[in-house]
Amino acid sequence: MNRLTSTHIVYLVALVTIIAGTVLVGTTGRNFFSAGNISDILTGTSILGFIAIGQTLVILVGSLDLSVPYVISLSSLVGAGIMANQAGNILPAALLALLVSALIGLANGAVVAGLKVHGFIATLGMGLIVSGYLGSTYQGSAGQAPLAFRLIGATGIGPVPVSTLIMLACAAVVLVMLNTTRLGHAMYAVGGDAPVARMSGVRTRTPVIAAHVICSTMAGLAGLLLAARLGVGSPTIGSQGGYDLLSIAAVVLGGTLLAGGKGSLVGTLGGVLIFAMLDNIMSVLQVNPFLKDVVRGIVIVVAVAVYARRRTAQRPARFGRGPTRPGDTAPPPGPGASRQGNGPARGDGTDARNEVPA
Amino acid sequence: MDDDVSTPGAPTPILRVTGLSKSFFGVPVLQDASLELFPGEVHGLVGENGAGKSTLMKLLAGVYVRDAGRVELDGEPVEFTHPVQAHQAGLSTVFQEFNLLPERTVAQNIYLGREPRKGLLVDRRAMNQATADLLEELGITSIRPTASVSSLSVAQQQIVEIAKAVSYDARIISMDEPTAALAGPEVDLLYGIIDRLRTRGTAILYVSHRLKEIFDLCDTITVLKDGRIVTSSPASGLDDASLVRAMVGRPISAFFPGALPGTTVGDPLLQISGGGNDQLDDVDLVLRAGEIVGVAGLQGSGRTELVEAVFGAAGFTRGTMTLGNASYRPRSPRDAIRHRIALITEDRKAQGLSLNQSILDNALGVVRSVYPRRTAAARREAPGVFSSLEVVARDLDQEVQFLSGGNQQKVVLAKWLAIDPQVVLLDEPTRGIDVGAKVAVYSLMRRLAQEGKAILMVSSELPEVLGMSDRVIVMRDGRIAGEMPPTASEEQVLQLATGARGVSP
Repeated sequence: MNRLTSTHIVYLVALVTIIAGTVLVGTTGRNFFSAGNISDILTGTSILGFIAIGQTLVILVGSLDLSVPYVISLSSLVGAGIMANQAGNILPAALLALLVSALIGLANGAVVAGLKVHGFIATLGMGLIVSGYLGSTYQGSAGQAPLAFRLIGATGIGPVPVSTLIMLACAAVVLVMLNTTRLGHAMYAVGGDAPVARMSGVRTRTPVIAAHVICSTMAGLAGLLLAARLGVGSPTIGSQGGYDLLSIAAVVLGGTLLAGGKGSLVGTLGGVLIFAMLDNIMSVLQVNPFLKDVVRGIVIVVAVAVYARRRTAQRPARFGRGPTRPGDTAPPPGPGASRQGNGPARGDGTDARNEVPA
Repeated sequence: MDDDVSTPGAPTPILRVTGLSKSFFGVPVLQDASLELFPGEVHGLVGENGAGKSTLMKLLAGVYVRDAGRVELDGEPVEFTHPVQAHQAGLSTVFQEFNLLPERTVAQNIYLGREPRKGLLVDRRAMNQATADLLEELGITSIRPTASVSSLSVAQQQIVEIAKAVSYDARIISMDEPTAALAGPEVDLLYGIIDRLRTRGTAILYVSHRLKEIFDLCDTITVLKDGRIVTSSPASGLDDASLVRAMVGRPISAFFPGALPGTTVGDPLLQISGGGNDQLDDVDLVLRAGEIVGVAGLQGSGRTELVEAVFGAAGFTRGTMTLGNASYRPRSPRDAIRHRIALITEDRKAQGLSLNQSILDNALGVVRSVYPRRTAAARREAPGVFSSLEVVARDLDQEVQFLSGGNQQKVVLAKWLAIDPQVVLLDEPTRGIDVGAKVAVYSLMRRLAQEGKAILMVSSELPEVLGMSDRVIVMRDGRIAGEMPPTASEEQVLQLATGARGVSP
């Protein structure tokens, strides 16, 4: 009854990665499970995690967000710039950075839902606009994060960094939203089949806009976190990380359908964890960074190929496929088909498939 | 308001439709339709393809907006412009196409957009419970509210659709061919649901092609033909034969060109013996040069599967085929095309054309990819082919999406003529095209026959099959049920296609 869902597969792959990591890291004489290493891996999940949470929503509603790297950079600059090394400025600076990010998301959502521009193009354009603004306004790093703010990026509870805890808290909130609110249900519905959603009385624009706003806000949070780690804001920090494509890859690796309508946030977190572990293992093994990309690429493509195979729907067979014919028994008359009326036709593709003859 | 029309004491209709009309692009599809629906009544709506049944339902459901006429619900005039308004007023429609999200659960689908809530959160337990209650009320125990719709059978999905319609507290439910996808026991299940709805006082408008169901279920039967209501009377006063006659009784016009002089039926060109795959079984068929063979049968009887098997799209896994004198076993459409076999597909827009490319690019599509060396010649011949087919277009660079259906179909034909096919398979070649284009398609078929090509034409239009074919093969449930001469009557073909007894002209 409980068939293997893509989320199961993701965590199975994560488990395999852990085992592989234990063995491979062990060969270098180090311990994969040391507090330091676990902390490294979890730190690696936090930034990508924020982006991937938002990206999951955006992909679920059938859109994409390619503007996240620039929102990250902008948020880090706005945050660090306003903080200007004053602990008292932390709260207003953070709020303003998030507000700016949310507004970018609102613009993305409005263009996608209102003007019917596909998310790929809408957010590519938005990314270019923000990128141009960053390039013309900032020559390099700017602003200064006060010590109290930098501590967020540096401290942890045991081996778990605070940044990861914040990311997980956000994930929990979004998970509740997605699974137990009308908004969440509407996101699945709009991404799955917008006409069906509309015919069921769902307002089809709201979920798209909400997904974009949340996604951008998450990117803003990631930007603030990077500012806390670096101590400054940077106009290139987002694009250096390649977070746009990497987050899409994590979402898809997590089993979410790129076309929308199907997927899970829990799967995405699994995808993020796999990427973080792969990164960690390859760093410990001092793998050439280009080879790292090769490995990532293989993992993504193989994962999606596996999902695609499982999704191939087959039309129910009327006769056996085998080379032998099922006897020469007379065909059973179609039940309910007797005395049928009108011209032998019906309008759609679903047909009366009657029983398979014995 | 208009109650003075009904006799005092007689039950008042829950729905009254008067003078409903609708045209598309100036073509009237429904004219002056009037009917009444009473609580607890099952009202059958029958008619041929294009008779206007679906249009009538969609007008009632608010999918289309009427051009003229009046719809009253409980005596109040209503005008729906969106299906949701109709739902809220108590008029639900179960359309032929499923309106379900396959990746979501049964309960999530039924309560989509109006999920019961506790505070801000969706009350999943209440939603599942309400769904379970609803299904139980309809006598369904086999569907779990938490099951994902994609895991359900087509029949179960159909039941979920009906449950969704009922969940709006519908007082009127219209169903467009609800049994189309159902087999025997599942049809019984639907009968049970309809009985329960009837006892609750729900009025049901029931569209079906299956006369047995119409007579089993309906209290009143309305027959539509060519957009007009021809009769509307209690079911008890009608029988199969009178109903069939009311539906198809139309003169076969002198619409179909006869065979061209010099056309001779020659040697067998394509022979299938014992052909079968997972959709077809035991297919024996001979196509001769210069011959037009029609394929009749109900939708889903295996007609399209037959031409797809010959075309190598979903080939036979059993049996043998010979083409000319050689064994023929196509592995792919490309392989079939190399054997100079053409398939004009049923779905012109999805499978026949690349809509945003030009007429010329579409016409050269097959030649370019399969016979690249013939491309230049085909390009030179293209203007002549198009003028002989009387394609109406600005020029050959026009994108095909801007052409009418008939002209689009001619582009498809031109594409296949370019490979000089020896066997031409046509699947619903005149669907959705105007009369002039239809005649052009028929004339082309005659010309191809004269040139000694073998032609196999699948069609749902019985007059067309009978009017154009030298022989008609009738399919049923994936097998060839029999063969008929073109002199057979529509009723006889129907009888064979449905396995019916007792329908006599």
